[in-house]
Amino acid sequence: MSLIEETDYGTRRSTSDKTVSLTIDGFEIAVPEGTSVMRAAMEAGIKVPKLCATDMVDAFGSCRLCLVEIQGRAGTPASCTTPVAEGMVVTTQNERLKKLRRNVMELYISDHPLDCLTCAANGDCELQDMAGAVGLREVRYGYAGENHLGAAKDTSNPYFTFDASKCIVCSRCVRACEEVQGTFALTIDGRGFASHVAAGMDEGFLGSECVSCGACVQACPTATLMEKSVIEIGQPEHSVVTTCAYCGVGCSFKAEMRGNEVVRMVPWKDGKANHGHSCVKGRFAWGYTNHRDRILKPMIRARITDPWREVSWDEAIGHAASELRRIQGQYGRNSIGGITSSRCTNEETYLVQKMIRAVFGNNNTDTCARVCHSPTGYGLSKTFGTSAGTQDFDSVEETDVIIVIGANPTDAHPVFASRMKKRLREGARLIVVDPRRIDLVRSAHVEADYHLPLRPGTNVAMLNALAHVVVTESLFDQDFVRERCEIDAFADWAEFVSRPENSPETAAHFTGVPAETIRAAARLYATGGNAAIYYGLGVTEHSQGSTTVMAMANLAMATGNIGRRGVGVNPLRGQNNVQGACDMGSFPHELPGYRHISDDTTRHLFEQAWGVTLDAEPGLRIPNMLDAAVDGTFKGLYVQGEDIAQSDPDAKHVIAGLSAMECVIVQDLFLNETANYAHVFLPGSTFLEKDGTFTNAERRIGRVRKVMPPRAGMADWEITLALAKAMGVEMNYAHPSEIMDEIARLTPTFTGVSYAKLEEMGSVQWPCNEKSPEGTPIMHIGGFVRGKGNFLITEYVPTDEKVGPRFPLLLTTGRILSQYNVGAQTRRTENVVWHEEDMLEIHPHDAEERGVRDGDWVRLNSRAGATSLRARITDRVAPGVVYTTFHHPTTQANVVTTDYSDWATNCPEYKVTAVQVAPSNGPTEWQTEYREHSDQSRRIAQVVPVPAAE
Amino acid sequence: MPSFEDWSAPRAADIIAAHTHRQGAALPILHALQEAFGHVPHDAVPMVALALNLSRAEMHGIVTFYHDFRDTKPGSHVLKLCRAEACQSMGADTLAAQARQHLQIDWHETTGDGRTTLEPVFCLGLCACAPAAMLDGKVHGGLDEKRLAALLAQARQP
Repeated sequence: MSLIEETDYGTRRSTSDKTVSLTIDGFEIAVPEGTSVMRAAMEAGIKVPKLCATDMVDAFGSCRLCLVEIQGRAGTPASCTTPVAEGMVVTTQNERLKKLRRNVMELYISDHPLDCLTCAANGDCELQDMAGAVGLREVRYGYAGENHLGAAKDTSNPYFTFDASKCIVCSRCVRACEEVQGTFALTIDGRGFASHVAAGMDEGFLGSECVSCGACVQACPTATLMEKSVIEIGQPEHSVVTTCAYCGVGCSFKAEMRGNEVVRMVPWKDGKANHGHSCVKGRFAWGYTNHRDRILKPMIRARITDPWREVSWDEAIGHAASELRRIQGQYGRNSIGGITSSRCTNEETYLVQKMIRAVFGNNNTDTCARVCHSPTGYGLSKTFGTSAGTQDFDSVEETDVIIVIGANPTDAHPVFASRMKKRLREGARLIVVDPRRIDLVRSAHVEADYHLPLRPGTNVAMLNALAHVVVTESLFDQDFVRERCEIDAFADWAEFVSRPENSPETAAHFTGVPAETIRAAARLYATGGNAAIYYGLGVTEHSQGSTTVMAMANLAMATGNIGRRGVGVNPLRGQNNVQGACDMGSFPHELPGYRHISDDTTRHLFEQAWGVTLDAEPGLRIPNMLDAAVDGTFKGLYVQGEDIAQSDPDAKHVIAGLSAMECVIVQDLFLNETANYAHVFLPGSTFLEKDGTFTNAERRIGRVRKVMPPRAGMADWEITLALAKAMGVEMNYAHPSEIMDEIARLTPTFTGVSYAKLEEMGSVQWPCNEKSPEGTPIMHIGGFVRGKGNFLITEYVPTDEKVGPRFPLLLTTGRILSQYNVGAQTRRTENVVWHEEDMLEIHPHDAEERGVRDGDWVRLNSRAGATSLRARITDRVAPGVVYTTFHHPTTQANVVTTDYSDWATNCPEYKVTAVQVAPSNGPTEWQTEYREHSDQSRRIAQVVPVPAAE
Repeated sequence: MPSFEDWSAPRAADIIAAHTHRQGAALPILHALQEAFGHVPHDAVPMVALALNLSRAEMHGIVTFYHDFRDTKPGSHVLKLCRAEACQSMGADTLAAQARQHLQIDWHETTGDGRTTLEPVFCLGLCACAPAAMLDGKVHGGLDEKRLAALLAQARQP
């Protein structure tokens, strides 16, 4: 193992097809047109000294270290800003250049602290390297002159420091913030000798607009911007490439290690999902992996009111197995089930559903995708024939019109949002369909052409109205529809959307968005060039979630925006492996690869491979399991890495279901809210502690690599194997790669996937099989997976959750940048400085009417329940709409959400709850009781050591 | 005599709105703000950023790049003496010493009675009639000790 050193070519890669030949230092070199002289030299292995250039940002030409001589040109141009030209003859090293460079370095060093030996960047400092490269031996000016050595250090950011005394003002950080991240939080304050890097209005990093993505830290050539972890630990000695365990972007990282200790996470430039960029969560928020709250020993208890008792792995697993078998003996084979996790690997998810089907002997398997993207799977498979997004992330580079519906990419999928913002700065147009004014609607250098702030719950009305304009104004793509789609289905659909009840004028009444705005947005989408739809849980988590997905698919097909780069229908997946968890057969009705359990051929294939008989009847979904538990017919549950007590809707019902069970087994890193109702706790492993794969939102299968042994002794897949074995079925895998081999054997879209292929390609997008051995970045090219694209009728049915005199406001929920889902991980990191509690966003008018001031405690009531939290008054939300996040168990936002759900998939309607808001003094009685119960339930019995015998 | 308005966010918003539609609006807005308030008030910077859809940091970078934009309210009169090469060669240094002596303040400072602010400026484009100065926006060339004394007297008016 060694430290992966990525080559910095100094300037970006040119994508031109035209080749230019030139001579550098006597060597003939051919590179694409538009390449800089610096990059051409670097590609040929000739290193030109540089400081202000780095290949993540555009060339700048300020440090004057990369000067070269070019035959026939005057002076010594900077090689970073000079593009190659045919026949150019370049000299990168001679006496004149040496002298110039040394003089430049001499000036830099005359105003730089000489504490290299004790500097955190020692061993990883480009300034130091360049001083060596140019042969700097003395500083004739001395060090006594005016300098910046006393400049103050900004330590306000929890993860990195800014030490201005070490800054050479190369602007790499400022440019990275602008070009890579797109936040523009940094600037150069002042000019000349006084110029210095400033965050915001020189207000410190934490107080500024900085989103702590760390691109500046990565770009800094000195110790000026430095990870606090490196300052504390020292330089790493080896690194391992792995995949982030946060959102569905699935960024590739180098875990830079010292022994078994993570020194820092650095996004990998070869990572095809993120191209060397990251967000605050992936790069910095991994402190939870060694947080003191982590449970490292298995525990059991007889009743949920008892304290936990730490036991051996054998005892815990043996107890869990015998309880599950006892329950099945007493209440029947179908009285137990399990939940797979979208945070665990594909291999682990596959194993859990295999254990449930083959060892439990039923199909009571479900996954947290139930509560997020199940409508995506349903809607896209009915229309296109496959349960996944159509594009790769790179596709956005060729998009001309972007529609974002019910997603907040800058908070929830920040790395992809940066790509999107870059494309918008290049001139792509933007339509945002969201009740809330998300950052994309208007933030530095990005402005939506149209924001359609629709009333929550009216997505289908809006999409039908957009389609109405497309059809009635003949803006649809006739050729595409004729060649690629079911023409009868199209005709039916066209007739349906053309009806007056689907006109923008009617939709205006439901959505609250003026008809003219809807018409204008529809025209832009249909006629603006390559148009792509990106959507999130604001689409799926509705009673008509599946209908909305189908409506988007209809719109994309009608306008011919499917089957090439720059277009498509793209779900932004919430969790790292939601796509994978769905692919792996987590659902009660589907075997891996989305094949129905009632299909005899598929079932026999698995029966043969697993040596068992499978039940042909679909099992229970999560809500059905909970209902059955309340009814007394479902008694045992194995939950791997999910916290249904916090994340699922109508928390009181979830808790009633869990409380009614006789054996709840929670496998997790922490005693989460669900564990409050558990009888067995099996300590899980983090993504750093195991091998496997995650599949991101673009169907990209990326490797997760073990960088340290599991802290509790077992990786999650090993725990599942042990449980299955204790229940009497031995499944033999020596390594997760063997599990993937089995998946590949049994799943047509995965037949070409193996760890060897992933090693070779870095990552691969399914389908990866004989037809597409290198994977499939864009789907439905030339034809739909189902053959012809299918248009479905999408009638708008208003949700039963309606506002009225008692509950006059609509609550919608979402995520914030620094926190992730139920917060189990991010709440245990320094990210809490940005978001320490859930707040209720409320419009000034609604607040004034209720006498609520900014920061006041308010009580949020719905038909389902009540919770209290503090108010934030903002016009980001429209009058009549309130919004909160669900990251904190103390708020339990899901006490308020109802049990309404998507008609097709049961995906809960988190995004629409009728509520009332009133001033309050603090937490509700329920919150206080819940907290008390939770504290009680988390007690771990202290084992008194037995005195040694005399 | 110029008199500067006290800070008012609605007034600043009006000034910003009057120029937002222009191409390259940042500098005209900053000049207009300085004309009204005598400086670019700290609280106005985020307002300009918001109006132009730039970040606060970018606006801060622009404001601090130009020495002409002040961050505090000046005296009733602003006297700028040119310190650039041509004026220096024609005796600007002596005039500068005279001005500082007379006003008993240094560069960028304002007299205790709030009447006069002294600022250096690098080239008023009047090299042909150096040394040059600017008092309350009006330029004066061919300065000598006597003429500067007259300007200083004007700059001391209440």
